[in-house]
Amino acid sequence: MRHIISILMENESGALSRVAGLFSARGYNIESLTVAPTEDASLSRMTLVTTGSDEIIEQITKQLNKLIDVVKLIDISESSHIERELMMVKVRAVDQAREEIIRLTDIFRGKIIDVTPVSYVIEVTGEKSKLDAFLQTLDRDAIIEVVRSGTTGILRGDRGLHV
Amino acid sequence: MELSGAEILVQSLKDEGVEYIFGYPGGAVLHIYDALFKQEDVKHILVRHEQGATHAADGYARSTGKPGVVLVTSGPGATNAVTGIATAYMDSIPMVVITGQVPLPVIGSDAFQECDTIGITRPCVKHNFLVKDVHKLAETIKKAFYIATTGRPGPVVVDVPKDVTDPNIKIPYEYPSSVSIRSYNPNVKGHRWQIKKAVDLLLSAKRPMIYSGGGVILGNASEQLREITRMLGFPITNTLMGLGAYPATDRQFLGMLGMHGTYEANMAMHECDVLFAVGARFDDRVTGRLAQFCPHAKIVHIDIDPASISKTVRVDIPIVGEVAQVLDDMIEMLRNSDKRPDEAALSAWWERIARWQSLDCLRYDRSSPLIKPQYVIEQLYEVTKGDAFVTSDVGQHQMWTAQFYKFDKPRRWINSGGLGTMGFGLPAAIGVKLAHPDADVACVTGEASIQMCIQELATALQYRTPIKIVNLNNGYMGMVRQWQEFTYESRYSHSYLETIPDFVKLAEAYGHIGMRIENPADVRPALEEAFRLKDRTVFLNFMTDPTENVYPMIEAGKAHHEMRLAPGMTVERELA
Ligand SMILES: Cc1cc2nc3c(=O)[nH]c(=O)nc-3n(C[C@H](O)[C@H](O)[C@H](O)COP(=O)(O)OP(=O)(O)OC[C@H]3O[C@@H](n4cnc5c(N)ncnc54)[C@H](O)[C@@H]3O)c2cc1C
Ligand SMILES: Cc1ncc(C[n+]2csc(CCOP(=O)(O)OP(=O)(O)O)c2C)c(N)n1
Ligand SMILES: [Mg+2]
Repeated sequence: MRHIISILMENESGALSRVAGLFSARGYNIESLTVAPTEDASLSRMTLVTTGSDEIIEQITKQLNKLIDVVKLIDISESSHIERELMMVKVRAVDQAREEIIRLTDIFRGKIIDVTPVSYVIEVTGEKSKLDAFLQTLDRDAIIEVVRSGTTGILRGDRGLHV
Repeated sequence: MELSGAEILVQSLKDEGVEYIFGYPGGAVLHIYDALFKQEDVKHILVRHEQGATHAADGYARSTGKPGVVLVTSGPGATNAVTGIATAYMDSIPMVVITGQVPLPVIGSDAFQECDTIGITRPCVKHNFLVKDVHKLAETIKKAFYIATTGRPGPVVVDVPKDVTDPNIKIPYEYPSSVSIRSYNPNVKGHRWQIKKAVDLLLSAKRPMIYSGGGVILGNASEQLREITRMLGFPITNTLMGLGAYPATDRQFLGMLGMHGTYEANMAMHECDVLFAVGARFDDRVTGRLAQFCPHAKIVHIDIDPASISKTVRVDIPIVGEVAQVLDDMIEMLRNSDKRPDEAALSAWWERIARWQSLDCLRYDRSSPLIKPQYVIEQLYEVTKGDAFVTSDVGQHQMWTAQFYKFDKPRRWINSGGLGTMGFGLPAAIGVKLAHPDADVACVTGEASIQMCIQELATALQYRTPIKIVNLNNGYMGMVRQWQEFTYESRYSHSYLETIPDFVKLAEAYGHIGMRIENPADVRPALEEAFRLKDRTVFLNFMTDPTENVYPMIEAGKAHHEMRLAPGMTVERELA
């Protein structure tokens, strides 16, 4: 099962490597990992997407909680939540393909954010599955580069992850 | 008070009540060594290898319950300490290790004796700190001790760049009286409702078993364990790390469990209907084949670390909490309960256990003309009246000590269980002896293990820490040889040491007394003489039967009820 774990941690230089090191040392999967500062300068927020059986996810959350730099964490995929990922795709765009790409981008509510006579950069946001689907619709050979941010997420409703 | 970083470090240790610091100097810690020179409260013990410093501090910690403290230089000093840090980490031993680091401005430039100590130690510490500002030094030391000694204990590394200890930069000093870390709240009080459920389950048991571990020793809960075991009348077993937490000479004690545990302890595990796990972590040496672990049992587990619970074996009633407190609560509930354990069921259960015990699974050949290693440990037990502190190295000798020295008190049995570090025994014994100068301290070792930290014989002389080294010299890496005999058709690939030194001369060269013992009849007199020499370190080189194996044994992939017994020993049908 896929889980999205949101972590508040001390904004210390070693904190990220403690989390990454834990995953590699214990052989846990990481699908994606994002980290950035929060409105509180002393904290950063990490979103970690992982897969594993219930037992493994239980161990992952316990082991993360044991890290001294981890202040709080929540498995947001266990509640109603919103997840988003940002993707930028650079595609070769010439002749009739230019129109077709614009059409597809509209359908996926994406934006074209860079244009040259032979290429576009398209920005799309959404759940991972939507981004995967968008890539599927593009002509594989036209894709020059794909850059994805990794998933971030937030709980629905008025509940938040605070210290 | 205005102090330099180096002085702050030393003063912080004083304010923390540190008696001994085990260390080895080098460039990055010279300012600190200069500050140490100018005071007498914190006594520095100069080892001969940084691994020795960590094991000595570890022995000090295990035998006292107080944190061990280590000081080493950057680069090779820190990397040499890693084995000892990992050893302490695996057995949850409180330790604070101060490592020197190159000055802040050159960190990352491959400076002389630079290594990424924080990165290298990260996977084997409870936490580590790089001190980047002298103003944070005292507070960081305070945090390090706090983290190392609370919750599930463990080693903490504090990496201190040389410029942070600059003797010319003085700042006001005040040692914090307390710290709080918002992201670290060691959970102490067990959940009352869970405890209640556990008590009910225990009282309903027909074939109960108590399985207790190192957590009882770490949490100073031996008294409570004894009390509750007596109240319940249940059989009890200890892990290798738990030995001494429950008196081995008590009739409810079934001996150690696991790979080299007793037949009765392992059979009782297999057949029990309620398992009460107390401060133990279901290690693979203990569980055997997981799919067949305690197949009939409902399991209660007390542990301070939620990650130890349901890690390898799912438990029915988890209780996260400090073991002493949880047991106190349970004892109180038992006192106030009108229910009592099922006496009829218990006495039937004890009868079955008595049949398993009648096998006498640790029996060995007492008529051999060769010295049997088991006999040496039995005699060690008698000569020291069961009251010595005994450290060990890793191998067969370690298992025989666990089986044959009947520890009645906690913190007397000092060995590396989780990492299984050869070389641990001698330096650990030095740390123990410093902490308990009037007690008998023995180090049981093997001719292979002892050579891994043999240089600490010099430390033992310098600080007058008279210990008795009981070397069970079988001429082999016995534990390795045993596995090769059982699973590799006796192909003894590199498990034989062809050039074993003359340990008597070696001991003498280091200024100690050496004895070589070849006949069973000389075992006891030699031990008696050695322990009479109160103020001397004695190296007893016992030439033991090179072919002896440790029995019984749960071989790889086998379950508790499938133990391999000593040759010639069979289980009659009615036993099983
Ligand atoms: C050659 C060799 C052979 C071995 N054979 C065996 C064998 O036959 N049998 C055997 O038992 N072991 C054996 N071992 C040791 C084994 O590898 C493990 O180290 C050992 O079994 C672990 O013991 P433990 O479960 O008591 O856990 P420990 O490592 O002592 O862990 C303690 C547990 O208690 C918890 N705890 C700590 N403090 C508290 C507190 N205050 N309150 C509550 N909980 C707390 C911790 O979170 C942890 O889960 C062998 C080792 C070697 C090297
Ligand atoms: C540092 C280290 N290296 C290797 C091992 C693997 N090992 C476990 S027991 C053992 C042999 C120990 O031999 P000895 O000290 O003579 O003890 P014996 O088993 O003969 O009693 C070895 C090599 C280990 N535990 N530690
Ligand atoms: Mg040997």
